[in-house]
Amino acid sequence: MSIDYNQKIPNNVNLSENKTLQRALEHWQPEFINWWQDMGPDDSQNFDVYLRTAVSVDPGGWAHFDYVKMPDYRWGIFLNPAEEGRKVNFGAHKGEAAWQEVPGEYRSNLRRLIVTQGDTEPASVEQQRHLGLTCPSLYDMRNLFQVNVEEGRHLWAMVYLLHAYFGRDGREEAEALLERRSGDTDNPRILGAFNEETPDWLSFFMFTYFTDRDGKYQLCSLAESGFDPLARTCKFMLTEEAHHMFVGESGVGRVIQRTCEVMNQLKTDDVAKIRAAGVIDLPTIQRYLNFHFSVTMDLFGADVSSNAATFYNTGLKGRYEETKQDDDHQLNDATYPVLEVADGKLLTAQAPYLNALNERLRDDYVTDAKAGIERWNKIIQKQGIPFVLSAPHKAFNRKIGPLSSAKISPAGKVLSEAEWTHHHLQWLPSAEDRIFVGSLMGRVAEPGKYANWIAPPARGINNQAIDFEYVRFN
Amino acid sequence: MTYPEAPRQTITYDTHPDQYRHWRLTFDGPVATLHLDIDEDGGIKPGYKLKLNSYDLGVDIELYDALQRIRFEHPEVRSVVVTSGKDRIFCSGANIFMLGVSTHAWKVNFCKFTNETRNGIEDSSRHSGLKFLAACNGTTAGGGYELALACDEIILVDDRSSAVSLPEVPLLGVLPGTGGLTRVTDKRHVRRDHADIFCTLTEGIRAQRAKEWRLIDDYAKPQAFAEKVKQRAMELAAQSDRPADARGVALPILKRTIDEAGYHYETVDVVIDRKARRATLTVAAPSAAVANSIDDIVAAGASWWPLLMARELDDAILMLRTNDLEIGTWVLKTSGNAQHVLAADAALAQHQQHWFVRETIGMLRRTLARLDVTSRTLIAIADRGACFAGTLAELLLAADRSYMLALPDDSAQEAKVTLSEMNFGSYPMVNGQYRIGARFYGEEGPIAAAKAAIGKPLGAEEASALGLVTATPDDLDWEDEIRIVLEERASLSPDALTAMEANLRFGPGETMETRVFGRLSAWQNWIFIRPNAVGEAGALKVFGSGNKAKFNWERV
Repeated sequence: MSIDYNQKIPNNVNLSENKTLQRALEHWQPEFINWWQDMGPDDSQNFDVYLRTAVSVDPGGWAHFDYVKMPDYRWGIFLNPAEEGRKVNFGAHKGEAAWQEVPGEYRSNLRRLIVTQGDTEPASVEQQRHLGLTCPSLYDMRNLFQVNVEEGRHLWAMVYLLHAYFGRDGREEAEALLERRSGDTDNPRILGAFNEETPDWLSFFMFTYFTDRDGKYQLCSLAESGFDPLARTCKFMLTEEAHHMFVGESGVGRVIQRTCEVMNQLKTDDVAKIRAAGVIDLPTIQRYLNFHFSVTMDLFGADVSSNAATFYNTGLKGRYEETKQDDDHQLNDATYPVLEVADGKLLTAQAPYLNALNERLRDDYVTDAKAGIERWNKIIQKQGIPFVLSAPHKAFNRKIGPLSSAKISPAGKVLSEAEWTHHHLQWLPSAEDRIFVGSLMGRVAEPGKYANWIAPPARGINNQAIDFEYVRFN
Repeated sequence: MTYPEAPRQTITYDTHPDQYRHWRLTFDGPVATLHLDIDEDGGIKPGYKLKLNSYDLGVDIELYDALQRIRFEHPEVRSVVVTSGKDRIFCSGANIFMLGVSTHAWKVNFCKFTNETRNGIEDSSRHSGLKFLAACNGTTAGGGYELALACDEIILVDDRSSAVSLPEVPLLGVLPGTGGLTRVTDKRHVRRDHADIFCTLTEGIRAQRAKEWRLIDDYAKPQAFAEKVKQRAMELAAQSDRPADARGVALPILKRTIDEAGYHYETVDVVIDRKARRATLTVAAPSAAVANSIDDIVAAGASWWPLLMARELDDAILMLRTNDLEIGTWVLKTSGNAQHVLAADAALAQHQQHWFVRETIGMLRRTLARLDVTSRTLIAIADRGACFAGTLAELLLAADRSYMLALPDDSAQEAKVTLSEMNFGSYPMVNGQYRIGARFYGEEGPIAAAKAAIGKPLGAEEASALGLVTATPDDLDWEDEIRIVLEERASLSPDALTAMEANLRFGPGETMETRVFGRLSAWQNWIFIRPNAVGEAGALKVFGSGNKAKFNWERV
């Protein structure tokens, strides 16, 4: 199914045949552009950026690469092709035909899922809007903008669902998605993590590795939804999301690579010397990792959640790779381990599986996130440096759920308030760490040049060279 | 539907701000602020966690206590801000898991008490010049919104996610039973089609439309919220006539002993006959003349008989209701010197404009109203030594039936009923009518006759002639007659009695409160026993498990 680019709004959903919907979206489109001008990447609207644009949902060749001014990017609506005879694959409706319209009784919960997901997309663009001013290379700047425009497209994907299936309420929610602002105390984004700043590029890479990976897992669960348009939308979004995590993983990897090179040149592991050489010491990287990992843990929601149970049982949100799970896909009598703190110890308790689905998704995520950390460790090993990065315990530094009332070390030990106060700066970035990392940030914008604190990538985008002019400033 | 615990663990309503686990009470000049910050591990019973600022009886006991402290200990307070100490959540209402594990009786008793506390907020606004402002600084759902509805005004934070909602019907298959369904129409005049939408919307309504639909009075952005609340609280305070410079009256913990026989206070004694399923409440008149100058009254403070008696009677009612479900008949008795009661009434009437006396009358009014809505048979007995005078005669008038011992051969020993001015409007019931007026359906003749008898000790024959008592057996018949009345009553269906009494006690004329206790509570209590709510697959039972309720679709 190819994409119709002759339309004002590129799409593969036959938008021209639904005049009402088309009008509604064409009304929303200029508001989106206004938002992009106001809140999109700072001081960059006139740049020609070497971006990929979705042109098909065919896995073989879905993207086209060329220079584009970001406000002219062809944001559109793309759904994976419908699967003939698709069923609801889990929960109480298992075996029924997948819904092509929103079931009235689930309207509110579905809308909430879509709005919550949709809100994160513009939020991250807002969080990252100043990073272009301090990019370490044109290559990285282009990657940032690619991530940004695709987050914008993900917003479009959610807004399409709101407009197409949720009537007036949906249109109002779609407008509200453009009205909330990340970090604005009067008008914040819905989820806490999306109101935090992304102040520097190490944070950006960590965010795209850890937090966008939460996005991947949420999208994977929604891609299982019994509401077919949501499932198809999310499946295509996942194609794009993979690049965002690649930016994160390779970004952190290149920072590590560069640090290790400098450590070997100077033959030192002295943090002061490493910093004086203008690269980020490995303990600081570990602290950033701890921070972003733990903030992302919270995004999965409460360990024991009645909403999670309802979303699953009513067929709205499945598990990661639901159809590959070898069980009854209803989970009524099953249990799943969750953590709790009792008598100063972290214990495992069995919760009803349905209520523990957030925890299940969190565990799936942790396995995936740890694999990338191991790949980072290979870089360190290859350089012969005796240092190992590790994921903190999933109970570390939690701010929501029952674990938030306890203080838990990265190793999973329950601490007293005093112990936490004494140690936490070893585990989380201090203000000083952030100031140091911030001090390294400065725009490097010459083709083929890379900031001192980061190694060049192994290869360029779309087989271009690493000194390709990924962004033209005009 | 039963609690996993030993059967007779006595719940008390004693608390003090120093002991609060869920509320913080702060004072700033004429404005008091109640901060709701519920300790999720602080449930009054085991088996649930009070997440998301959701409450149970223990939380409401503290709220009731806090209101009493504001009324009596802080006369300088003119407006009260009710807000949350938590971030992004005001209150999510009654804890659903608590309701899920509670017995039917516990749920009903809990709802009644919470209703009375919210009515008490409005009572203080109406009679005592205490104005209430709900500062909803986050999600305001279910019972949380009902608490806000009890306040004079509601300000909601406009952070684009906080909403007010009554999601009981769509989410739980029950009603917003703490006055919510009634107040949106009767108090806030939300149009009924809007109310219909609002009450079926799980996600609720956010600031702007909430104001358009009259669900709230105003909204403010998070940055401007505190200032707006403060400003409005000060404006409400300016409307009040509470004194700026008066000293409060401390409310000490009641001196109460609990033993096998019952509950014993200084002026109230409760003796329980478990076999007969009957409690006898005896209220004693002052043992000596009460203070009657305003200085002496304030100096007497919480030990001033009218207040002491009201607090003790109030506590006795709550203790019996909560802990002694099977005690279906309450025999109401009085004892002591009628002159002391009448003198106390005279002091109440004379100083009713004084803040402390006004609060004391309010406490008496609410306590007597609590008696009216109690789901127990109330039988007043005026035998030798009884003292149904003035304020205490309200007990006789509140009863479903009253029996007065006639002593034709020894009329000097006959108990007397004596009315005072206080019986003619000071203590309206929840239907807004005073008991004598309601007793005679507002008919002038009998009311005037009763009024003409103010101050006159009425023997059995006269009291009967005026229609103030049900029957006046003489000493030959008395014992058998009373025994049979009580035994017969105790044999009847407790459910039918509760319903019958509630119907007969409140005659024609509805108020918001009678609609809360009658229409709303009655329907709610019906839903609370229906399988659609509490059956194995009922909405209240499966809530939180992810499972869908299975309904019997028949409309009944």
